[in-house]
Amino acid sequence: MVQLTLPKNSTVQSGKTWPAPAGAKNTRSFKVYRYDPEDGRNPRWDTYEVDLDACGPMVLDALLYIKNSIDPTLAFRRSCREGVCGSCAMNIGGRNTLACTHGHADTPGKAVQISPLPSQPVVKDLIPDLTLFYAQYASIEPWLHTVTPEPQAEWRQSPEDRAKLDGLYECILCACCSTSCPSYWWNGDKYLGPATLLHAYRWLIDSRDEATGDRLDDLEDPFKLYRCHTIMNCAQVCPKGLNPAKAIAEIKKMLVERVV
Amino acid sequence: MANSSSAGRFRTAISRARGLGASHHGVGHFITERVSGLALIPLALWGVFAGLRLAGIGYDGAIEWVSIPLNTVLLCLLLVVALIHLKGAIQLVIEDYIQGFVIKSVLVIGNLFLCVLGGAVGVVAILKVAFTGAF
Ligand code: SF4
Ligand code: SF4
Ligand code: FES
Repeated sequence: MVQLTLPKNSTVQSGKTWPAPAGAKNTRSFKVYRYDPEDGRNPRWDTYEVDLDACGPMVLDALLYIKNSIDPTLAFRRSCREGVCGSCAMNIGGRNTLACTHGHADTPGKAVQISPLPSQPVVKDLIPDLTLFYAQYASIEPWLHTVTPEPQAEWRQSPEDRAKLDGLYECILCACCSTSCPSYWWNGDKYLGPATLLHAYRWLIDSRDEATGDRLDDLEDPFKLYRCHTIMNCAQVCPKGLNPAKAIAEIKKMLVERVV
Repeated sequence: MANSSSAGRFRTAISRARGLGASHHGVGHFITERVSGLALIPLALWGVFAGLRLAGIGYDGAIEWVSIPLNTVLLCLLLVVALIHLKGAIQLVIEDYIQGFVIKSVLVIGNLFLCVLGGAVGVVAILKVAFTGAF
């Protein structure tokens, strides 16, 4: 049976409450998942009172405020702070998204609850271990495969064929979609997940690629591909507005086309 | 460290991601589920109509109704197609939620056997009623 509840040493306990700095008038609570692999304790929910007048509008701004002004031990990833690098993906108010493009005012409820992306091992606090996720992406060989000798200049592509890559190439591999997918939770070791499959489709329909059949061969599998049951969580959470579920449906269509 | 807990510990991420590779099957199952689902739309509508009809005509009336060849054929088709669809759907759920090679295999095979048995018993029952006029 798949594991439906957290193992004993992963259940989240209540943690510390960090008061607002003296003089703060406009505050909001941020309930943040804390886990340190080195202290041997269970994860905890720490609550921070954030002075909203002293920090920017995004959840990432609040996290940076906490780290800079309240608790420097809080660990999270971020880089571009504008929705381009995908490193600040986390679960905010029960929904996977990017901390840098999600306004804390848009999170309903009293406290803003923040935890790492679900279903992945946690390295520390809000940092998930995405090693397998990246390896799955690498496993579809996300680069151009050709046997025709390289042209002198570049591989040519018509504007129509180039347009087919729209809605796919924009993916920033943040993993919001895959870690929101129930099929990926239950069978993430074998199911490739929406992000990787979106990329698989991106290479399948690239008019310059010469390995379409091999790529389809490598996807036709009850687990690698067919665990997708079109639940659509992926499309709902993608912070770039992409639709991995549709890309997966297109792959399934190509496999049917191949046999009829 | 015990063997059980260190097994696979030094496998690289790409080796884990590739696993045993693709089995090159799945599209057949996918097509079967869609096509049987499609066939079930008219068959199930007819089934509802048949159920309502049978409810009002008593035992003898029902036996007579089942022995009309068109009804016999449609009843058999409804049963068989529904079981084909059901078998696939239940297998999907087993594959989703059950982990472990042995238990999963047992359940997948058990599901297949039960559906085939149900189909065989059901078709014989329908034919018996249709041809002998008695249950
Ligand atoms: S549509 Fe497929 S990939 Fe997307 S969340 Fe659902 S099962 Fe996962
Ligand atoms: S498809 Fe969207 S949610 Fe998924 S990894 Fe790409 S950008 Fe992130
Ligand atoms: S910091 Fe780069 S996407 Fe949020």
